[in-house]
Amino acid sequence: MRRLINQKPGKGGALLLGALPFLLILAVYLFASDARLAANPDDKLLPSFASFGDAIQSYAFEEDPRSGEHLLWNDTFASLGRIAIALAASAAIGLVLGILIGVIPFVGASIGPVVAAISMIPPLAILPILFIVLGLGETAKITLIVVGVAPVIVRDLALRVAELPSEQMIKAQTLGASTWQIILRVVLPQAWPRLLDSLRLTLGSAWLFLIAAEAIASTEGLGYRIFLVRRYLAMDVILPYVVWITLLAFFMDWLLRRVRTLACPWADLGR
Amino acid sequence: MASVSVRHLWKEYGSHVVIENLNLEILDHEFVTIVGASGCGKTTFLRMLLGMESPTRGEFLIDGKPLPSEPGADRGIVFQRYSLFPHLTVMQNLLLALEFAGAPFSARLFGKAKREALEKAKSLLDAVGLYESRDRYPAQLSGGMQQRLSIAQSVIREPRILLLDEPFGALDPGITADMHQLILKLWAEHRMTIFMITHDLKESFELGTRVLVFDKVRHDPQAPERFGATVTYNLPLKPVRDPAPSAP
Repeated sequence: MRRLINQKPGKGGALLLGALPFLLILAVYLFASDARLAANPDDKLLPSFASFGDAIQSYAFEEDPRSGEHLLWNDTFASLGRIAIALAASAAIGLVLGILIGVIPFVGASIGPVVAAISMIPPLAILPILFIVLGLGETAKITLIVVGVAPVIVRDLALRVAELPSEQMIKAQTLGASTWQIILRVVLPQAWPRLLDSLRLTLGSAWLFLIAAEAIASTEGLGYRIFLVRRYLAMDVILPYVVWITLLAFFMDWLLRRVRTLACPWADLGR
Repeated sequence: MASVSVRHLWKEYGSHVVIENLNLEILDHEFVTIVGASGCGKTTFLRMLLGMESPTRGEFLIDGKPLPSEPGADRGIVFQRYSLFPHLTVMQNLLLALEFAGAPFSARLFGKAKREALEKAKSLLDAVGLYESRDRYPAQLSGGMQQRLSIAQSVIREPRILLLDEPFGALDPGITADMHQLILKLWAEHRMTIFMITHDLKESFELGTRVLVFDKVRHDPQAPERFGATVTYNLPLKPVRDPAPSAP
């Protein structure tokens, strides 16, 4: 018998093993839902799949009688717009500050500590400040995500950039490179894959801050909808929304991973 | 093409003396090999030549002028490893040096300048036998190929001094002979002064026109860091011929 660490599932086996927990969760839900609905047909806690279907039908494919919009798509575009702008801004801040802190000792000494301090502020604690200062509009919500995500990316990139072998930096100087040329041709290209990894890792917190901001002050958005229908115990709406958010996050993660492989083919060589 | 003079050079880190009272006169176009036990200041000496460290006391002159305080294009370096750019292909690794020189702001060449740079890089790639591998990334090359690329990269800007820090230390013995041929050929063609640190005594005598042995003259067992190392043997092996000697 080979050691456990040397036993690997085949391709089909891995697929089956991966699917098993999902099927198990589904089966447990169906069983529990059936049992509760049999005892009380008006139970709202674990709705049947038929009522999920009805909710999805009315939110995704029918116009809302009050606003005349398809609510699910409207919410999706609003939320995705916010998260996309916030992530783009965070990536830009992270790239510029991370590289400068990592490469230029004077910038590291002057900005490094303040970034470290800001990254320790719980973003939700300053959400009221953002609403007071920036109003209840889009700016406050996007700023919250940036405040939560950007410092993490800055620090991660600064660390990675500082970890580039000193041999590379010296070699570049002996090839006559200026500081700007080193940043442009040596550091920046090697920072890209790390930035994409960093974005993937911060996706979870970005969604957290988005939904928190939408729950508190918004008129549309996935987080807003979930917290709105909570008042009616509308689990038949909340659960499909949660699944939908998960799918969107999963897709964004996949997209970032694809971009990394396509844009930085060298990054995974030699591992 | 540069002579190097070192007079009464001391390098100390606090109370730790690394190099004490080092005196040297190296002529233009010498091939200096440096041997010695670990921790005897060989690498510190090389780092000073590079401009990464400055002498505590004494003079360190290149062509009669004080050493610059940072690395520059007049002094090339080949490290044992890690000095290639992993995100650039073989050809791009070579072109980079020419792009640094030709385009201060964008660090990229276009049009005629690009074609000229490509020609120059191509002839050097041919010389080190890497032209067929020009589109591969460093991680896809063997250790010997990586070092050949690193050497080519160091000479493309035609430095006056080339520094080699145990360049063949991590390579298979079979490859080393080829690398010796290559470095002697480039040395003859490009007319630079070479400093090479090595652990291989045989190599140091085969390649060098001069062998330097770094060692400690005095030793205090109670405080080993009190005394530094210096050049204990300075052996001129071959006259520095002019014109350049052909590769053996």
